[in-house]
Amino acid sequence: MSKQPERIFIKGNEAIARGALAARCKCFFGYPITPQNDIPEFMSSEIIKAGGDFVQAESEVAAANMLLGAGAAGIRAMTSSSSPGMSLKQEAISYMAGSEIPAVIVNMNRGGPGLGDIGPAQGDYYQSTRGGGHGDYRHFTFGPGTVQEAYDLTIRAFDIAFEHRTPVLILGDAILGQMKEPITPWVPEGVDDEAGRDWAITGRTNARETAREKRLIKSLFLGEGELAGQNRHLQAKYDAWTDMAECEQFETEDAELIICAYGSIGRIAKSTVRAFRKQGKKVGLFRPITLYPFPSADLKKLAQAGKRFLTIEHNLGQMVDDVRLAIRTVADSDFFPIYPGNLPTPDELEAPILACLEGK
Amino acid sequence: MTEMQEKLVFSRPESVIDRPTHYCPGCHHGIAHRLVGELLDEMNLAENSLLVASIGCSVFLYNYLDVDAVEAPHGRAPAVATGVKRARPDNFVFTYQGDGDLASIGMAEIMHAANRGEKICVVFVNNTVYGMTGGQMAPTTLIGQKTTTTPAGRCITHEGAPIRMAEIIASLGGVAYAARGSLDSVKNISAAKKHLRKAFDCQLNATGFGFVELLSGCPTNWKMTPVQANERLQNEMIPYFPLGVFKDISEEGGIC
Amino acid sequence: MSRIEVREDRCKGCLLCTTVCPVDIIVQSDRFNVSGYKVVEVPEELKAKCTGCASCAMICPDIAITVYKTPRKKGGK
Ligand SMILES: Cc1ncc(C[n+]2csc(CCOP(=O)(O)OP(=O)(O)O)c2C)c(N)n1
Ligand code: SF4
Ligand code: SF4
Ligand code: SF4
Ligand SMILES: [Mg+2]
Repeated sequence: MSKQPERIFIKGNEAIARGALAARCKCFFGYPITPQNDIPEFMSSEIIKAGGDFVQAESEVAAANMLLGAGAAGIRAMTSSSSPGMSLKQEAISYMAGSEIPAVIVNMNRGGPGLGDIGPAQGDYYQSTRGGGHGDYRHFTFGPGTVQEAYDLTIRAFDIAFEHRTPVLILGDAILGQMKEPITPWVPEGVDDEAGRDWAITGRTNARETAREKRLIKSLFLGEGELAGQNRHLQAKYDAWTDMAECEQFETEDAELIICAYGSIGRIAKSTVRAFRKQGKKVGLFRPITLYPFPSADLKKLAQAGKRFLTIEHNLGQMVDDVRLAIRTVADSDFFPIYPGNLPTPDELEAPILACLEGK
Repeated sequence: MTEMQEKLVFSRPESVIDRPTHYCPGCHHGIAHRLVGELLDEMNLAENSLLVASIGCSVFLYNYLDVDAVEAPHGRAPAVATGVKRARPDNFVFTYQGDGDLASIGMAEIMHAANRGEKICVVFVNNTVYGMTGGQMAPTTLIGQKTTTTPAGRCITHEGAPIRMAEIIASLGGVAYAARGSLDSVKNISAAKKHLRKAFDCQLNATGFGFVELLSGCPTNWKMTPVQANERLQNEMIPYFPLGVFKDISEEGGIC
Repeated sequence: MSRIEVREDRCKGCLLCTTVCPVDIIVQSDRFNVSGYKVVEVPEELKAKCTGCASCAMICPDIAITVYKTPRKKGGK
């Protein structure tokens, strides 16, 4: 990969759009919803300039199904939305998981339930990590915490989508989307625009191919034992992702208390941890970067080293389940919720962390 | 009697795979499949075609046509086809959908794909019921028609009136061709094939969206013999769903 | 003589073909195929009447009918 030297100062939303273009995304399907509108707005002109295509769909349902079609055709494609729109996309995501169609989906999480608000929140964690639609499936999920990371992970999302034939979700929030930061853009080398050539529907006269059998991409398995076989196959694929889990650990080595937080909250918690460190307090941060697969093994090591844990989320307690599952045989985690609708600040996090430290 | 060499004048089109179908006796899906297959052969499209299959009795169409195919969620085939076509504009892309799929759950997707003028073709099989799920009321169910969810017959004040899709689609800007045919008789089957050919041509000439509605029998859920079902189609369906071409921009001088 | 071949394993006995034959020669046989459908046939004595018009094949939903046409030379009977 060749790093381009220049720095640019952009919002998280734009970083995701630019990352997608750097990754040679060729189709974008959008629908307006705050706080992600910068992405389709940027794409509506830029992806066309890059030789791709943009459709403002009639709904998130349609956008996700357009994505399904483009992915089945073996093309790098993307959609973005925010929470209410994500509920509508789940049907297609379930079909994409079931029929193993690669695609990149962005959710700039806003407050819910229902119409909620347009501010940041992390209430879609369960939906994003459990397979938010029907059936038993998972998809790869990234939880970027900075604008640079949003750019980098978007590029990686396309590679993972095609390598593992899966939808990949990038879960941000209104903070990440609207926050401006300097980033160093880069363009990956050697992107294979026809990565789906072995399985995608291309028509049989595709110039690169010789005559071949017809191809079929589907999620319906009615034959004796077929669906069980498919589920076994999918589960094995998800299990193999375990080793791909990633996290950031900040000041964890000598920490007594580890804050577990992801995305924007992880980033805010990092500032709080820094402030505590200045006071000589032994606090560290564990920030999952992949939310599925969850970095359980790293977390468990910390638990085995005798650390205590406090999970902080911008919801009423969702990722804390994964934290507790990861460390369940050795330790437990406290939980502090920031209610969706409230804006979190580094100061706000101080009191619960202090209480936890002193409650020893 | 002086005779010449005999000629094969009718046989299975190559694009239709040689295997028995799962359809009930007399179900018109088989005829619709065959017409599509004949055109894929005659227009030399099979190798370049991408089929977007829908959910309904025709869900297994992808096992019967010898083309690359993807399964769409119920009603979403026009959106999936939009994605396929935008991704691979040089391929011939078509959907095949039932009336529950297209005119009920998928109403938004069909309207907007048509209105955007997506360069795709839609084969729409209207049999006035949800066939696959056991004969419930469809948006096309005729007034008075008994179904498993309108046991006393569809009532206009309670369930509304049957939707005439070909006319609605014809009213949209991006549509190049919209027609309604019927599969009840040899004459109508021939006419239906002509409609399909025109709709396919619209995609090949990139003039716009092509739509063909095919009035079809579902003897099983109509609780009739196939022969009676054809009589119903002629006596009750065609009077409500008139046959013909509702839009053809090639006749209007085309677009630039 | 024009003729049709009915693929008995594919025929579902729907009888639609019997309603469109202009010379009315297709009838239900008394044979059941492996799927349990009572298949149609053209009785031996009616075979010569087939015109090879392919109407039966056009309406058959199961592509069970193949049609062979033998054009008659001018002056033929
Ligand atoms: C989201 C969703 N809702 C409902 C169904 C159940 N379902 C399967 S087929 C079908 C109706 C099919 O009717 P139609 O489109 O008219 O096709 P036909 O079987 O009559 O050819 C329904 C409702 C489904 N598969 N998915
Ligand atoms: S239920 Fe109706 S539509 Fe479905 S296969 Fe049988 S006849 Fe055809
Ligand atoms: S080809 Fe024509 S004449 Fe011959 S059996 Fe069929 S319908 Fe009758
Ligand atoms: S139309 Fe076809 S399936 Fe029906 S009875 Fe005739 S040959 Fe058999
Ligand atoms: Mg139907």
